[in-house]
Amino acid sequence: MSSLRQIAFYGKGGIGKSTTSQNTLAALADLDQRIMIVGCDPKADSTRLMLHAKAQDTILSLAAEAGSVEDLELEDVLKIGYKDIKCVESGGPEPGVGCAGRGVITSINFLEENGAYDDLDYVSYDVLGDVVCGGFAMPIRENKAQEIYIVMSGEMMAMYAANNISKGILKYANSGGVRLGGLICNERQTDKELELAENLAKKLGTELTYFIPRDNIVQHAELRRMTVIEYAPDSQQADHYRNLAKKIHGNAGKGIIPTPITMDELEDMLMEHGILKTIDETQVGKTAAELEIA
Amino acid sequence: MSLAKTEGVGEVKARNKELIEEVLKVYPAKAAKRRAKHLNVHEEGKSDCGVKSNLKSIPGVMTIRGCAYAGSKGVVWGPIKDMIHISHGPVGCGQYSWAARRNYYIGTTGIDTFVTMQFTSDFQEKDIVFGGDKKLAKIMDEIQDLFPLNNGITVQSECPIGLIGDDIEAVSKQKSKQYEGKTIVPVRCEGFRGVSQSLGHHIANDAVRDWVFDKIDPDAPARFEETPYDVAIIGDYNIGGDAWSSRILLEEMGLRVIAQWSGDGTLAELEATPKAKLNVLHCYRSMNYISRHMEEKYGIPWCEYNFFGPSKIAESLRKIASFFDDKIKEGAERVIAKYQPLMDAVIARYRPRLEGKTVMLFVGGLRPRHVIGAYEDLGMEVVGTGYEFGHNDDYQRTAQHYVKDGTLIYDDVTGYEFEKFVEKIQPDLVGSGIKEKYVFQKMGVPFRQMHSWDYSGPYHGYDGFAIFARDMDMAINSPIWKMAQTPWKRKPVPTMIAAE
Repeated sequence: MSSLRQIAFYGKGGIGKSTTSQNTLAALADLDQRIMIVGCDPKADSTRLMLHAKAQDTILSLAAEAGSVEDLELEDVLKIGYKDIKCVESGGPEPGVGCAGRGVITSINFLEENGAYDDLDYVSYDVLGDVVCGGFAMPIRENKAQEIYIVMSGEMMAMYAANNISKGILKYANSGGVRLGGLICNERQTDKELELAENLAKKLGTELTYFIPRDNIVQHAELRRMTVIEYAPDSQQADHYRNLAKKIHGNAGKGIIPTPITMDELEDMLMEHGILKTIDETQVGKTAAELEIA
Repeated sequence: MSLAKTEGVGEVKARNKELIEEVLKVYPAKAAKRRAKHLNVHEEGKSDCGVKSNLKSIPGVMTIRGCAYAGSKGVVWGPIKDMIHISHGPVGCGQYSWAARRNYYIGTTGIDTFVTMQFTSDFQEKDIVFGGDKKLAKIMDEIQDLFPLNNGITVQSECPIGLIGDDIEAVSKQKSKQYEGKTIVPVRCEGFRGVSQSLGHHIANDAVRDWVFDKIDPDAPARFEETPYDVAIIGDYNIGGDAWSSRILLEEMGLRVIAQWSGDGTLAELEATPKAKLNVLHCYRSMNYISRHMEEKYGIPWCEYNFFGPSKIAESLRKIASFFDDKIKEGAERVIAKYQPLMDAVIARYRPRLEGKTVMLFVGGLRPRHVIGAYEDLGMEVVGTGYEFGHNDDYQRTAQHYVKDGTLIYDDVTGYEFEKFVEKIQPDLVGSGIKEKYVFQKMGVPFRQMHSWDYSGPYHGYDGFAIFARDMDMAINSPIWKMAQTPWKRKPVPTMIAAE
């Protein structure tokens, strides 16, 4: 049990967390690691590439059907995917009702109580967009993930989210043992992306674990509900994911307590790199028409 | 026993101030600073009692307060007898508010009235995660099947409803439509809102406005034959039958009571109230909001009254009559005269037994001042009082119309403060709630519950005063207090040694 490593992938919605995490974990499985993926997103798409399925039955939907989560058995919710990777999805309510955060808490408690964490080398949590409430912070609380990997890109909002997630980690870093493992930049081909990602990592007190170049082969694999590792093991992209997996594997216990920055500092950083022009305060809040008159 | 009898006002004030200093000493500096604002000694001529009120209780103290859910479900809506009130959320709040506050009603429970029954959506984990709206809709359907004579439904929100954002309004609207315009009232009275039950009263009042009144066409003729003497009793919860013993006095003076809010009340009575000529308001704290609204929207004047003890009853009957013609004014005098011999007899019997006895009160939002007159009619003196959830306007009324110079005032009193005050002042009677009762009785101080009337009552009206006087006498002059001996003062009784 002591050798169990718990990691989590966080990041802005649509950044490619699920794709990145599943490819990386598939590569880790190739290194003979025993892995469980815990999807913590109501969309339940954190395991589809492993299972070649649209979406697996989630803990919460099965619990709702059975009456309560106490009526479930581990076998009901655990599916075996690529290279014996164990897959569970927490699931959650349809958008706009109920409390998805509570759902994450319920699911993780269920998994722990039912011994899902036994005989594993890795547990990986794939968590939605932002740390919006206590429920989605569950994986970074006490005795859960030791290292958080933030998937981001050179886009302003992705960096903003990465900084916010760092704040969440900082909050729990002292009470629990959670640390920031590093940033993973999923290339969007924005201006000076690598430079920006490295700089943000530095500001947060961590490093850029890996820069994943953009490659359409990811799309091709995704359409077949497969990881690149499985779909095209000899491709260059598969090697990138393998490299990332090795770095994460070698990163055990090297996480740090992040030093999140303010919104102003973040903007300054963008200006430093020439992404954002210096803001002319007289123009703030003016419409195009108003500016024309002036 | 009491110190007050032998002291002058100056001494009493000095003693009370010292006492406040003393209780504040045990708190940490920050807490003491905050609590100091809620404790004071009334100074004659001041417009209020010199205390802050309606503020958050301090963490760590034992407050006597309730929550917004308690204010809506337990106080305002709960007694509406022909509607079914769903405690929406986990089972605990419903269980502990089962049957609401003690109140009397007429009807066949489970058939056309439902007050002492308990309906709850009994939230489970899955309802939190997936939302409780579907379950709520299903409960409403079941209510329609099982209790077809219910006249309406309210949804009383417990804390989780606000946290998960359950859309109870949408469910209520949809089910109301499905059941041909049935009155279904969603109430956003989540317990974490506000500082006490007081906000729950306000929210419940607003729900009456938005989901009952606003559904009625204000220009439509009344569904009953109107008279110029139609009044509604607002804010009497019929504890032990209080509203009934009040209502007969209004009727005897020639008025017609078209609605009772909300003790023994019905939805039809709520709906009829906008046609009243006068709203007579008993509990100002819990129902001033809707009274003000009716004044603004329908032009109905409202008048606070106090039916505790003959002095205040006479004053109130005359005040109510002043809104009407001579016929009613004469009626008021007739009623006062009619009951005078009864009152004289009650006072002749009990006053000699109670004269000079001192009382300390701590009750909700009205009784800390309203019952003072009744005690005074019996020759008793209220030496300390305070409100669980009163606002500044309550303290203004208290200062201007009720308390004597030097009275100790304690807002949102903590368990510790109340015990200390009673221990030092040693009143002849404490009037408060069930949580306080046994603490003081164990201290050897007679006690009456002033929320539930200790399962007695009514205390309102002339009939109620006779019962009030008897109960106070029973508590104070019970022989039990002479029988209870302090263990360490007990004389040792020689014990037999086992036979050799």
